[in-house]
Amino acid sequence: MLQYIARQTVSAVFILLVVSIAAFSISHLAGDPAAVIAGENPSAEQIEQIRKTYGFDRPLYQQYLSWMGGALRFDFGTSYHYHQPVATMIAERLPVTLVLGLTSITFALMLALPLGVIAGVWPNSLIDRIALTIAVVGQAVPTFWLSLMLISFLAVGYGLLPVSGSSSWLHYVMPTIALGYYALPTLMRVTRAGMIEVLATDYIRAARAKGLLETQVLVKHALRNAIVPVVSLASVQFGMMLGGSVIVETIFAIQGIGWLGYDAVLRVDLPVVQAVVLVVAAFFIVLTWAADVVNAILDPRIRLS
Amino acid sequence: MQKSETVIGSQPRYSTRSRPGLLRLDLAKAFTRNYGFLIGGVIILVFSLLAVLAPLLPLHDPYDFDLTRRLLPPFWHDNSDPRFLLGTDKLGRDLLARLVYGARVSITVGLVAAVISGVVGTVLGLCAGYFGGRVDRLVMLLVNCRLALPVVLVALAVTVVVGSSLEMITLLIGLLLWPRFTVVIRAATMQLRDREFILASRVLGCSNWHILFREIMPNLSGTLFVIASLEMANAILLEAAVSFLGFGAQPPTSSWGLMLADSRDFILFSPWLVAMPGIALTILVLAINLVGDGLRDVLEGISREKF
Repeated sequence: MLQYIARQTVSAVFILLVVSIAAFSISHLAGDPAAVIAGENPSAEQIEQIRKTYGFDRPLYQQYLSWMGGALRFDFGTSYHYHQPVATMIAERLPVTLVLGLTSITFALMLALPLGVIAGVWPNSLIDRIALTIAVVGQAVPTFWLSLMLISFLAVGYGLLPVSGSSSWLHYVMPTIALGYYALPTLMRVTRAGMIEVLATDYIRAARAKGLLETQVLVKHALRNAIVPVVSLASVQFGMMLGGSVIVETIFAIQGIGWLGYDAVLRVDLPVVQAVVLVVAAFFIVLTWAADVVNAILDPRIRLS
Repeated sequence: MQKSETVIGSQPRYSTRSRPGLLRLDLAKAFTRNYGFLIGGVIILVFSLLAVLAPLLPLHDPYDFDLTRRLLPPFWHDNSDPRFLLGTDKLGRDLLARLVYGARVSITVGLVAAVISGVVGTVLGLCAGYFGGRVDRLVMLLVNCRLALPVVLVALAVTVVVGSSLEMITLLIGLLLWPRFTVVIRAATMQLRDREFILASRVLGCSNWHILFREIMPNLSGTLFVIASLEMANAILLEAAVSFLGFGAQPPTSSWGLMLADSRDFILFSPWLVAMPGIALTILVLAINLVGDGLRDVLEGISREKF
């Protein structure tokens, strides 16, 4: 068990390192970050000055090491635009996105699990077909369009919910739906497939033969086994929501980390952009690591392989 | 009809075909029996025809703007203009024409991005699955790293540094959407790697590249198309999202995402401006997903000989 966790941890650290290199190199993709920051029609002296101020004249590896060294101490530099420490800005915005992500994944699970179980227990029934249709259509609807449609119908049309901001729980209703619906189809499909597979096994047959109530068979035996891939999938989806919240947060004016990233890109605020990419990726890596560990706990076959 | 007799155990079985095996007719039957595939296929065909034939169709010029006729409603409203069936946008451009030209943009982006990501992902997957060991570990490390990155944010950041244009975003999306190809092709290659025909190729002295691209890959072409359709749909959605945020296609290009961004301010009084590009996107992506799912079902049916 410990060996498995150790292996996963080492792998996670490697991934984080490579991701940090990727995040760092975004700023240098066009060759000279100073030219990118300088904006329209800069003079050569302006570019040179920018280069000296922000340390772009150092060799690349030195820039990377100094940035990464700071990042490991949670010091991501200072924002070019707001002149605040980037770490503070991230610390202010991250909880908002985390809350939004948690409510979204909960919303998705609350719908996907029951639908998936019902669809799995009665495959090819009417409910199964409806659920699969919802899944297929749901995957095709663009997030930003659904957000606008939600605003148009619920906020503007019927005045039920506030359009933007994040001051009350009502403000989170539409963003939750907009962010969570995309995870629904995958979660529902995996639950359904898992249930179908598990319900065909011998031990479920034995449980029924023992005379257990069907609910006991379903919940205590079938669901418990079918849920294992759903756990890791849900955490992966949660991680993707952290990064994919850019669109939802921008439309609903929720000042989370996705919005921070978008704002930073707009202002070419490179330290913030790098930091946001790194932090979101780090969260994703930690989440998948945790999902692997939980999976190993739930399913001994995984840690013994 | 000749009857051939195959004896399995002690029960004779009669096949009604003069030669067993998969016929093209069986494939056609398998495809046409799948309603999702049919519906999706027809929709894609219609969209593609509209997109390709757009310049020849009797449409208004999608770039022709006239502020005196801005924000006209579509034909089911009272004060609509019969010249502009679906109304006009904020600059007076015909919405129908912009929608059709938007199909050109989306389909092109989807195809090109799917091809780029397919090439990258397949090469990586083949190498990882066939060579195993360190190559495999390296490729999986790359896959995990790409999966950890927030795609939209990275796309935005790169476009701001390198410059935003439709070509740029297409290339970028192609370079971002390869992991699924890699993972699936890798798994499929690992399954094929130990088959006799690969062993035979090696014994015959075929080079690794020959084995990879002339022996293994043709067997994976069905799977490739399934994943390509999925990623094409993803690419279309991603381009629309990035263009919506202003970092993809630049005005006056008729990208559906850009149209949605333009109409955002008019959502109160001209909701059709927001509804229609989104509906177009949804239908196109839905059709592509249906075709991909249908392909996958037929492939599974073939492997289980259930046609």
